[in-house]
Amino acid sequence: MIIEHSRIVRVQGDIIAVPATDIAYGELATVKSRRGTSLAQVIRLRGEEVFLQVFAGSRGISTGDTVRFLGHPMQVAFGDALLGRIFNGSGEPIDKGPNLHALPRISIGGPSVNPVRRVIPRGFIETRVPMVDVFNPLVESQKLPIFSAAGEPYNDLLARIGMRANADVVILGGIGLKHDEYLKFRIAFEQAGVLSRTIMFVHTASDPVVERLLVPDMALAVAEQFGVQGKRVLVLLTDMTSFADAMKEIAISMDQVPSNLGYPGSLYSDLASRYEKAVDFDGAGSITILAVTSMPGDDVTHPVPDNTGYITEGQFYLRNGVIEPFGSLSRLKQLVIGKVTRGDHGYIMNSMIRLFARSREVEQKLAMGFDKTSEDERYLKYGRLFYDRFMDLRVDLGINDALDLGWKTLAECFRPDEVEIKQEFIDQYWPA
Amino acid sequence: MNSPTHGRIVAVNGPLVTCEVDEGREVLQNEVAYVMIGDVRLKSEVIRIRGRQIDLQVFENTTGLKVGDSAEFSGELLAATLGPGMLGMIYDGLQNPLAELENDQKFFLRRGQYLPSLDQTRLWDFEPMVQVGTQVRAGQYLGKVTEGLFPHPIMAPLVLLGTWEVEEIKPAGKYTVNDTVAILKSTDSQAQEKVNVMLKQEWPVKRPMRVYEERLLPDTQLLTQCRLIDIFFPLAEGGTSCIPGPFGAGKTVLQQIISRYAETDVVIIVACGERAGEVVETIREFPLLEDPKTGKSLMDRTVIICNTSSMPVAAREASIYTGITLGEYYRQLGLKVLLLADSTSRWAQALRETSARMEEIPGEEAFPAYLESRIAAVYERAGKVRLNTGETGSLTLIGTVSPAGGNFEEPVTQNTLKVVGAFYGLSRTRSDQRRYPAIDPMISWSLYIEQMQESLNTRHENWVELVQKAHNTIFRGDEVRQMMLVVGEEGMGLDDLVVYLKSEIIDAVCLQQDSFDKVDQATSRQRQISDFMLLMEMTDHSFVFESKDQAKAQMTRLQNLFFQLKYCPFEGDDYRRYRSEIESILNGKGVSHP
Repeated sequence: MIIEHSRIVRVQGDIIAVPATDIAYGELATVKSRRGTSLAQVIRLRGEEVFLQVFAGSRGISTGDTVRFLGHPMQVAFGDALLGRIFNGSGEPIDKGPNLHALPRISIGGPSVNPVRRVIPRGFIETRVPMVDVFNPLVESQKLPIFSAAGEPYNDLLARIGMRANADVVILGGIGLKHDEYLKFRIAFEQAGVLSRTIMFVHTASDPVVERLLVPDMALAVAEQFGVQGKRVLVLLTDMTSFADAMKEIAISMDQVPSNLGYPGSLYSDLASRYEKAVDFDGAGSITILAVTSMPGDDVTHPVPDNTGYITEGQFYLRNGVIEPFGSLSRLKQLVIGKVTRGDHGYIMNSMIRLFARSREVEQKLAMGFDKTSEDERYLKYGRLFYDRFMDLRVDLGINDALDLGWKTLAECFRPDEVEIKQEFIDQYWPA
Repeated sequence: MNSPTHGRIVAVNGPLVTCEVDEGREVLQNEVAYVMIGDVRLKSEVIRIRGRQIDLQVFENTTGLKVGDSAEFSGELLAATLGPGMLGMIYDGLQNPLAELENDQKFFLRRGQYLPSLDQTRLWDFEPMVQVGTQVRAGQYLGKVTEGLFPHPIMAPLVLLGTWEVEEIKPAGKYTVNDTVAILKSTDSQAQEKVNVMLKQEWPVKRPMRVYEERLLPDTQLLTQCRLIDIFFPLAEGGTSCIPGPFGAGKTVLQQIISRYAETDVVIIVACGERAGEVVETIREFPLLEDPKTGKSLMDRTVIICNTSSMPVAAREASIYTGITLGEYYRQLGLKVLLLADSTSRWAQALRETSARMEEIPGEEAFPAYLESRIAAVYERAGKVRLNTGETGSLTLIGTVSPAGGNFEEPVTQNTLKVVGAFYGLSRTRSDQRRYPAIDPMISWSLYIEQMQESLNTRHENWVELVQKAHNTIFRGDEVRQMMLVVGEEGMGLDDLVVYLKSEIIDAVCLQQDSFDKVDQATSRQRQISDFMLLMEMTDHSFVFESKDQAKAQMTRLQNLFFQLKYCPFEGDDYRRYRSEIESILNGKGVSHP
């Protein structure tokens, strides 16, 4: 039997408290106010007082509004019918598709995977972005953040990867996404014809802040189910800093002692419990996570990127509109380079980066007013070609084509004895 | 206190649950309690008592708990089960065998399932070592079984106080861990107490196991086969050290290398709040790797305690204590034990999360005020001891620290530095330059050099002095490098340049070690001595150069030869060839002594 409670005794931030008994920790409720109905979740029990975080926010809630407890924790619909659909931050469809009431529902934020049922990652996810595929390849079950200052085209990059990546299912979790950005994602996926393998959970910047908290959990719960069924799932999250900020708001409303810049002491565990959903199941599918983490003030020691860096398996830095070749790192890359990909991959990667570092040095030297030598000229040319053919985010190339283009670029600028590559690969791949 | 104490839940705040017990019921601080969700029992620990209100930290997700649900108190402290069969196991923070859990739970960890830590059916060949009537104390050997590589003595229970007499001892034969193999009776004639001794026993994890004759000064080296550590900042058997470093500086790889190659009998790896992926590598690769010392699989000397970052926070706090207790137990068997805890910062954060929920007044960066004493208490459980049996055993502890923003001024790093004997500080600068392991020789230290002097000098007379000299060259080289940044290479004197080039050679071929190369990833003691002495010949050599260009060319050539040398198998043909080439440069033509 569902009982309604209509005496809200406390409203503080987006937290409300009602006197009620027989309520379970983590249970879901609806709060009906003049503004409409919102979901809420029990986040603390104290004697007969029940504290709830109201996903639509507490603005406009009156002490006489009604709270109905639903008797179960937050759930989300699951099934193949989700493919191609778009949901809001509380899991309701916002496209014009049919309702999904008939689908089974799964709980979000489920238990963690038993570490002994994981396998060492071994799958390569081709994104057709050369700076990723060639220099820091994404490995199935990897979790990688894109560290980015405000104003960088991180959502363009995510959309490109979402369109091109060779995954079975792509799930986008938008957290505090600008409405324009959401539309861009949708249009991009529609035009690329990949909507049918895509599921979008979109919380936009104008939606209630607390709803942000649900998006990663819903996206990952759905991903987990597909993964268990043997699908290779790619989860794109943007922006996890907005998620952390929502957590900060709740923690402060609950009078929690903040640890660093107002973030709760549990920030690391909270982020880790989401990122650790990335997994390669022993005998089933996998979940790979690519997540934007915007860096306030372009500061990587800010608590959100800092904690993220300790959790994830590498990072991409997006600077000046391109993926920075130095500093970006995929920790798992050696598991696929030259094993899943072509044998020359590792050598091309190292040589091209080393030579690009030289070309940057040459640029700096010239900027300081030194004379230009003919050797400098070659490095400058190489630097330009490298930028146009590899770094430009618009470039769309498969891994083997990108490696071939790498050989071509090297050959246009250097002699074989200048590139430090094993002779057998020079013999095999150096363009005649 | 015959009937168990019951309580009724009055508040739930994440993993912190408050329950009320009846007036006058006894409750023990740190005792184990179970909170009930229907018929699922969630293990928890008493962490605060205020009158009838008892605060519990629950080791599982508390979703679904209600006010009014019941709690049962066990009357027992949180304890580890100790006995033969732990080697090769993969446990969670509460010592549940993870590989056994998988059978009925498929991919996910279901809450409320607790399995015995030791195989209940396996039979062990027991041999008695005492007779009826023998007087024994806690920790004395009554018999033994063989666990893989080692004889595994069966001890008089470690919790016993005073002297006991063997009343009954079972004959040699096959027994399970739960079978009684001896009965002891108290020598206190009034007490009339008896205890049954089984192959297994229990020990409360948060209590240091002080069952030994005396603690000894750690004065022998624990070889890690990492040159930078063994030569410049040696670690002692029974010593402690910490490895702080920003993310991406190579903590994990360094830990993995040490866990493979350290010369010790037993290795305990505590993966505390870190990535599951890293543990998976260890779990999947160790069984395939051969322990060079024994020829058996590396897993046969390893125990993994694994409470990764997405597993419950309260159990993360317990995991370090569980690991240390297992380590202390193997020390009681007279073994050399190494414990690697990765990372103690995550453990400290677990303390912080619980403290915040208990609304304790916070200290620096919201860590609880008792952070310092907790850290000290953990590291103090390491040590080398003379046991009641006369044998010695040691427990060495290496903890990693993950300082926020890579800043070593933060409380966990600072409080750890106060209590450890060696500090291996990883630097972002070195890792960015791909100089691995990125232990910064300018800031790291070891307090063990003096107390191990005698043992270190068995490597070579004046070893300690020579190392100091090499270290000074590195410092001088760095000074020169800094100067060079200001005045450019043109402004440098030739002598200074040579010092700089020498320090670069030491850095490239001794400090840097390639953890992905089969030869270079581990360097034996003998090779460390041999290669280092050659390097010192180079360092001591007075080169005479006519110009800076000549100096650079010559020294680059020398550096390349040393570089090739370090990748050659020790004492092989290539090794000898490069070595003699280096020697001929140092003794030969074109270079004269002043």
